[in-house]
Amino acid sequence: MASIITVSGLTKNYASGFQALKGVDLEIEEGEIFALLGPNGAGKTTMISIICGNVRASGGSVTVAGHDIVRNYRESRAAIGLVPQELHTDAFERVIDTVRFSRGLFGKPRNDAYIEKVLRDLSLWDKRHNKMLELSGGMKRRVMIAKALSHEPRVLFLDEPTAGVDVELRRDMWKLIGELRQTGVTIILTTHYIEEAEEMADRVGVINKGELILVEDKTALMKKLGRKTLTVTLSDRLHALPPELSEWNLSLNGEGCEIEYVFDTQAERTGVSSLLRRLGDLGIGYKDLNTQQSSLEDIFVSLVHQEKAA
Amino acid sequence: MSHFNHRAIWAIYRFELHRFSRTLLTGLLVPVITTSLYFVVFGGAIGSRMTQIDGIPYAAFIVPGLIMMSMFTESIFNASFGIYMPKFSGTIYELLSAPISAGETVIAYVGAAATKSLIVGLIILATAHLFVDVNVMHPFAMIAFMVLIAVSFCLFGFILGIWAQSFEQLQVIPLLLIMPMTFLGGAFYSIHMLAEPWRTITLFNPIVYLISGFRWTFFGRGDVGIEYSLLFITAMLLVCLAVIGWMFKTGYRLKK
Repeated sequence: MASIITVSGLTKNYASGFQALKGVDLEIEEGEIFALLGPNGAGKTTMISIICGNVRASGGSVTVAGHDIVRNYRESRAAIGLVPQELHTDAFERVIDTVRFSRGLFGKPRNDAYIEKVLRDLSLWDKRHNKMLELSGGMKRRVMIAKALSHEPRVLFLDEPTAGVDVELRRDMWKLIGELRQTGVTIILTTHYIEEAEEMADRVGVINKGELILVEDKTALMKKLGRKTLTVTLSDRLHALPPELSEWNLSLNGEGCEIEYVFDTQAERTGVSSLLRRLGDLGIGYKDLNTQQSSLEDIFVSLVHQEKAA
Repeated sequence: MSHFNHRAIWAIYRFELHRFSRTLLTGLLVPVITTSLYFVVFGGAIGSRMTQIDGIPYAAFIVPGLIMMSMFTESIFNASFGIYMPKFSGTIYELLSAPISAGETVIAYVGAAATKSLIVGLIILATAHLFVDVNVMHPFAMIAFMVLIAVSFCLFGFILGIWAQSFEQLQVIPLLLIMPMTFLGGAFYSIHMLAEPWRTITLFNPIVYLISGFRWTFFGRGDVGIEYSLLFITAMLLVCLAVIGWMFKTGYRLKK
């Protein structure tokens, strides 16, 4: 697929001396959902803000739909819809006015039918005459999405779309993002909820301390970096792990009834068969075996951890 | 789409006028009441004891000064709030991420604020007519001068709005600088009435030239020549445009 956003060598040094981005390269493909993961202060918002025009880059370049964000800012910005992290709204404006305003601001002629569709899709049509200050936080977030979609962008940036949102609304938001994707809009979201990336993204990028430390297809990533946990349910309770088992780095759980072994599925020797053999040699009986794939969260934590150690 | 984004200008302009319309009652009633009060106090109580100034009855003499004073403050407040509020509430993200140039942004915000300021100026003129006979000698020049003043002071307000980082900073320049300069700038008297050295010192106050120029459009004469007034207002316009140009170019307090 063709890439819709190309980021090359992007750097940002804030006046305070803080280096928020240290030479980021990234290609976003048209039509995908890309999740940018990273701890707070990793540079996620800085990167989005540069692409959208809210922050100036210190170095490097970005093109959106083939247009340089500095030289051809009108074309690149017209292709982008941005939903920022914080809920910034004009308290006294009516929902429909603020959405129409956004469409005009992006240079599009008035189109009531399209605005109605956007508001209906976001379950905002009934609230269209309400003032912003009368809406709940979740509804405000929806209005911000409606504003971002008002000018029919090809790329939608969602900066922490579910931060501070309750569980139910988060589910709604995921559903909504899935539906948006059906319309062909490319979606880039930042999050520090791994669950969110795991649920929705096609590809995942992990950013830490201003560096993109990994970009990978989500399923491939989970497979490649995935660790599995083997849980052995014992027939008889153990009071302590025998020293003969020390090489596997096990943990004894479930009041001595379960042994847990974390292993790397990619390793040449996973150590599973030798562990089971050793258990047999020691006369430790077991009645069940269970393996579980680790989540993106574990992968993420270990990646960021490696970075720190390095 | 490398063309002029006229739709964005229109969207912002309408948004701003809509903002003013929410406070329509106070926005229009306040200038009417203030003007009336000035006429009762200065025109009636004090003016009746004063002879004419340069052959003009005192009550009529203060009309241009009153209009200018209100237009200065209206322009600065409206334009500075217009750009400060999005900064304060955070909605500026949308403006910064929109396909709109610096020039278009300024036209929209300054245009809307100047429109309101012009309306207020005309309302004061109309109110003044209820109290005193004012014949405007050069009506077209008067309108042109009001437009120039409205635009220049709105540009100045726009600069303040970008510069200000708190509501206090937003108010400090109009209240502590513009207001005294206007009072001392001959809004209610001719600078010829001052004794030296004050008369010479006053000539360093740019407001003197603006009020004098506006008074010229009413009565055909002012404290200083009309050419100096035009020079000052043009200089102010250009300086403000240059500062705004620099602010957008460097992203000063708008973009990190």
